Amino acid sequence: MTTIIAGSVKSKTTVTHRIDEHTPSPYSIKRWLFSTNHKDIGTMYLVFAIVAGLIGASLSVVMRLELQQSGVQYFLSAGEPDGHMWAVFITAHGLIMVFFTVMPALIGGFGNWFVPLMIGAPDMAFPRMNNISFWLLVPALCLLVLSVLVGGAGTGWTLYPPLSGLLGHNGPAVDLAIFAMHLAGISSILGAINFVVTIFNMRAPGMGMHKMPLFAWALLITAFLLIITMPVFGGTITMLLADRNFETSFFVPEGGGDPVLFQHLFWFFGHPEVYIMILPAFGIVSHVVATFSRKPVFGYLGMVYAMLSIGFLGSIVWAHHMFTVGMGFAANAYFSIATMVIAVPTGIKVFSWLATMWGGAIRFKTPMLWALGFIGLFVIGGVTGVVMAIAGVDLQIHDTYYIVGHFHYVLSLGSVFAIFAGFYYWFTKMSGCVIPEWAGKLHFWTTFLGVNVTFFPMHFLGLAGMPRRYVDYNEIFEGWNSVASLGSYLSMTSTLFFASVVVITLARGKKAVKDNYWGEGADTLEWTISSPPPFHSFSTPPRITG
Amino acid sequence: MQSSRSHDYHLVDPSPWPALGAIAGFLMMFGFVVYLHPSILGESRTETITNLGTLPIMPGVGLVLLTMFLWWRDVIAEAHKGDHKPIVQLGLRYGMVLFIFSEVMFFVAFFWAFFNASLFPTPAIGGVWPPTQIQVFDPFGLPFTNTVVLLLSGTTVTWAHHALMRGDRAGLIKGLALTIVLGTLFTALQAYEYTHAAFSLKDGIYGSTFYMATGFHGLHVIIGTIFLIVCLYRAVRGDFSPRQHFGFEAAAWYWQFVDVVWLFLFVCVYWWGA
Repeated sequence: MTTIIAGSVKSKTTVTHRIDEHTPSPYSIKRWLFSTNHKDIGTMYLVFAIVAGLIGASLSVVMRLELQQSGVQYFLSAGEPDGHMWAVFITAHGLIMVFFTVMPALIGGFGNWFVPLMIGAPDMAFPRMNNISFWLLVPALCLLVLSVLVGGAGTGWTLYPPLSGLLGHNGPAVDLAIFAMHLAGISSILGAINFVVTIFNMRAPGMGMHKMPLFAWALLITAFLLIITMPVFGGTITMLLADRNFETSFFVPEGGGDPVLFQHLFWFFGHPEVYIMILPAFGIVSHVVATFSRKPVFGYLGMVYAMLSIGFLGSIVWAHHMFTVGMGFAANAYFSIATMVIAVPTGIKVFSWLATMWGGAIRFKTPMLWALGFIGLFVIGGVTGVVMAIAGVDLQIHDTYYIVGHFHYVLSLGSVFAIFAGFYYWFTKMSGCVIPEWAGKLHFWTTFLGVNVTFFPMHFLGLAGMPRRYVDYNEIFEGWNSVASLGSYLSMTSTLFFASVVVITLARGKKAVKDNYWGEGADTLEWTISSPPPFHSFSTPPRITG
Repeated sequence: MQSSRSHDYHLVDPSPWPALGAIAGFLMMFGFVVYLHPSILGESRTETITNLGTLPIMPGVGLVLLTMFLWWRDVIAEAHKGDHKPIVQLGLRYGMVLFIFSEVMFFVAFFWAFFNASLFPTPAIGGVWPPTQIQVFDPFGLPFTNTVVLLLSGTTVTWAHHALMRGDRAGLIKGLALTIVLGTLFTALQAYEYTHAAFSLKDGIYGSTFYMATGFHGLHVIIGTIFLIVCLYRAVRGDFSPRQHFGFEAAAWYWQFVDVVWLFLFVCVYWWGA
């Protein structure tokens, strides 16, 4: 009962030919700069995410090079270890990966491309606003890069004062980073409004909310989380900016302010943010698993309401990031328990994916491998999340590599695996080009091996007491650190291989492929139109029956 | 391009304004950083730039305003062309509601800071709220006058709305003009209050939360007033019809939002907080 539907194929094909003649040349700068087309804007988001992702990944490889042995090898200024430079690297890595890679890929990229197609809409509700959502990311990234060039913000992506205050950073770097986040935040809010309006207002006739594909549902919930929490983040960093430059006292204890307030405000945004990065991934995985099991997804409504519950619960658990600040027993108990409750809807999703595969005629194509990798590794990240939700345990592992291992399992091995699943699933649909299966599978297995070798040992290191955010460590931690570094080199090689494969595949040009090249199981509307789709699709809205 | 379509949605033509807006955003933010840190463009230029004051922010601000003008001019032209079919107008309404909701969440951050400081006053401010060394406003002096002014403006904008829906353009113009006068009066009274305050932005957490919350509210009043002025101009020009007047509706909603935020500010910050 999930997804649906054959669109009205007849009217579609006639429209296709007429409109294709108007497709502007891909070499026209205006086509991209002035775009009001959801597919072109989605493509720009994906290219942007890949470029930013390569920058972010390079930063992490430099960090793993440093951590391969104890002692400080590379992060030196005038021969002395430079902990600030290290902190700048982790901050830039974090901010780039969150705001300029995962979000643009999942929301801006796949969201733009496939939400309108899946709901049978001719474009997004506000095509021009869609374009500024994308283009604001470019100056935002420029400001962040400028911030690094003028000394860098060594605050971590959380920007906690007093380190991010004048005491810790009196130069322009933190202000530039704050403004970068302002622009990225405006971009996200505008994009989120666009998705909500598109989904509410532009579904094809007959597509009730309970017939809407899961990816569109995921984007809807994600967009609401963004609209609720991103403005709070904007206000928070505005107060930080004022504390730094206009002598206010929001987070300054001497003036009656409270640094812990910043943490509350930040995580009120920051925790929903992790669901913003994972819900679209859930959506993609649902479609991929269903397609390659040749079955509709199991428990469609359960999946929808599980995502809604996750979105809601994810917004009321933020202070589990703050168990060590001294909130008191009652608050710690509440945030512990509320956090663990999230495991219930998440479990519903995981078991529904398993049930979708149960009895299905499973094909292990590249997208399916990534989706299966996602399920397995996300569960590991989820389970370590339940471990650290216990406030008492968190006191021990807070700010250790256990945490770093945990959130990379849900992000690098969760969200990013889903991005690759979506990429291999839809690449031919978007481009008309075909990535050879062997290349996709090689990419998958090398990445799978690389990231697990990188991040699994971090749990051991964390439990053994290795703190995060330091450039150096006691030599007793050297063994697993060397292993982790080797894993990261493999992952990086694999990522570069992926980038080359994409470029070569695109250069070789389009092939004649079927509208629905995955066949039975791929039953959403994007499979009823050509690959690549015409410049304007669904100029006649498809009628949804059944 | 759209000849073969059979839907009422608005497929917008390519437009240069989003990219211009992104450039403007960069210039404004970078200009702000130059204003805050004049030495960023080189130590030798520090003094020259310091003397410029807030001038480095202005090119960016100007370009942002220009982008808004050009962009919304296009939107109005498209509305006249008939691109805003009922379903597009519905989408615009959804969009405005969501935008206002995001603005509400922006104010939540400042109210959160206010309640954090006032419900749990720290020893640094004497353990009480308002802080011992702060002399606060009498809420039933000027702030109450301002409340009355803003509430009254809420009724005049509703008057204008009802007049518009009856097709009474004269009533619409009168109601709008009165709303703008009241909005401007509010801003003027607020400016008067600021200049006569016994505390400043720099006087600890009280000044911080007070000026940040009322200041951003004041900014929104000014934006709302400009929005209403544009609507007045369009009303005089005859842009609005009883059936199609989204621009006015958005401005009126925005004005009500500004109004409600003020009520919370008055009750929480001025009254309870005193």
